[in-house]
Amino acid sequence: MSEKKIERRDFLFTATYAVGAVGVGAVIWPMIDQMNPDASVKALASTEVDVSTVTPGKTITVLWRGKPVFIRRRTQDEIAEARLVKLEDLKHPEKDEDRAKDPEWLVMLGVCTHLGCVPLDQKGDYNGWFCPCHGSHYDISGRIRKGPAPTNMEIPKYEFVNSNTIKIG
Amino acid sequence: MSDHEYTPKSKFGKWFNDRLPLLTLANHLTDYPTPKNLNYWWTFGGILTFCLITQIVTGLVLAMHYIAHADMAFDSVEHIMRDVNYGWLIRYIHANGASMFFLAVYIHIFRSLFYGSYKAPREIIWIIGIIIYLLMMAAAFMGYVLPWGQMSFWGATVITNLFSAIPLVGEGIVTWLWGGYSVDNPTLTRFFTLHYLIPFLILGLVVLHIWALHVPGNNNPVGIDIKKPSKDTVPFHPYIVIKDGFALLMFMIVFAFFVFYTPNILGHADNYIEADPLVTPAHIVPEWYLLPFYAILRSVPDKLLGVVAMLSAIFILAALPWLDTSKIRSAVFRPLYRQFYWILVADVLILGYVGAMPAEGLYLLVARIATAYYFLHFLVILPVLGFKERTLPLPLSITEPVLGGSPNLAAAKKKSEFK
Repeated sequence: MSEKKIERRDFLFTATYAVGAVGVGAVIWPMIDQMNPDASVKALASTEVDVSTVTPGKTITVLWRGKPVFIRRRTQDEIAEARLVKLEDLKHPEKDEDRAKDPEWLVMLGVCTHLGCVPLDQKGDYNGWFCPCHGSHYDISGRIRKGPAPTNMEIPKYEFVNSNTIKIG
Repeated sequence: MSDHEYTPKSKFGKWFNDRLPLLTLANHLTDYPTPKNLNYWWTFGGILTFCLITQIVTGLVLAMHYIAHADMAFDSVEHIMRDVNYGWLIRYIHANGASMFFLAVYIHIFRSLFYGSYKAPREIIWIIGIIIYLLMMAAAFMGYVLPWGQMSFWGATVITNLFSAIPLVGEGIVTWLWGGYSVDNPTLTRFFTLHYLIPFLILGLVVLHIWALHVPGNNNPVGIDIKKPSKDTVPFHPYIVIKDGFALLMFMIVFAFFVFYTPNILGHADNYIEADPLVTPAHIVPEWYLLPFYAILRSVPDKLLGVVAMLSAIFILAALPWLDTSKIRSAVFRPLYRQFYWILVADVLILGYVGAMPAEGLYLLVARIATAYYFLHFLVILPVLGFKERTLPLPLSITEPVLGGSPNLAAAKKKSEFK
């Protein structure tokens, strides 16, 4: 063999590999994607909650997409406390104003952003939530203050349908 | 491999063996030349095979009665415990069998560490072993989810959430693993499927593990290469079979003690409460055999780095044949390594202990020191030790120290002068 020349056979090999790779991919993708949330899971996307019985200083927990959602009606003291915190003191800086559209109502996913446990209400060093699993402390705005969790507890999409009903999702 | 060609005695045996050499394989396994100085730490390979088969057999039986559905799994396990004939026995054997399996595998791994069984030419045996160990952890974790108790549910939540630490794609991977937005029925059914599959994968890897072992042959307490067959070896059957069998009986006594006298001591009471996605148990702890890694995870205050540290602690073992630079295998001839070995054993036990304690105050400090030492051992001490350590002289054969007094170079020298 002197000079490497592209022959018909080389072309056929390359073409066969290429078609083979596409074929394998086309077979593997459905096998992988079948594990993603199915249509029935996705259908449970929103939930409506009646909050008329929640008094200031109380938290209710509702299930949305299999996850707990905390709905807390905050007292004036708590709102003041949450709004006074300086952004420099936060690991994940977010203003309380951006987290609670209506300052009285804090609606957030009750899922610790570390490894997904449900934090306990009115516990911890910041008078907010405390995760018993690995010791993350959240303040009264659900912002991470101490511990291994990387971010604040998530605020889901929600809206007030009327003054007594919140629609989550 | 034995050198001589094997021919079956009977005519049928010869006819069959010419077509499928199963009898040659059986002959290889019985006659297999084994170092004659293997001690009881070497019996755990056989014990582990027993554990695997026990788990497969009891697991098959449990699967006949278990229902993999979020609404029914918990009740079906209680049904097994109360209604199914001997269901309590089979389930307790399976649940405690997992712990016994890990007990045996840890002894097996630490035997390897002491006698340098992972070193050339046995690196592939070692790496296959690490893969088996990883699969065991996966199988144990998914099996623990199946009863759908509180610990099942929250253990599954915490462990699957480890993947959310991966930047960018983490959340997508977790949703994909769950088949939903939280641990729920789709998660349970796929965990059941995989829990059923993995033991058979392990079985296949065990075959490769033993195959790879039979190429260079067993390491031994002295850690030197030996000629096979020779004065230094005995046939696997009956010598090793009897020894393994005796050790297995002793092991089964311990096993039976747990099954019949304290069947729940290694579990958590919280797992007899049905899974509740709204309430996390106050104190989440994994099963005892995962505690050291759990302690490493919690000792790092950053989410991603914690997960990285925990996984590194396991995967670092796969690199061990290259991290340990010493040519001498057995710790018997490595006076310094021997001490560091026992410090590592203590370190892992301490990690296990603090892993079970709350991650705060003194416990957290101890966990951090022990985590740092764990990596120090593998990444600094072992590589340096290979160059610095003055090892003791090796005997020329296994027989020599027995017949020729103490194993030292002077004796070996004298011997060569005679020639």
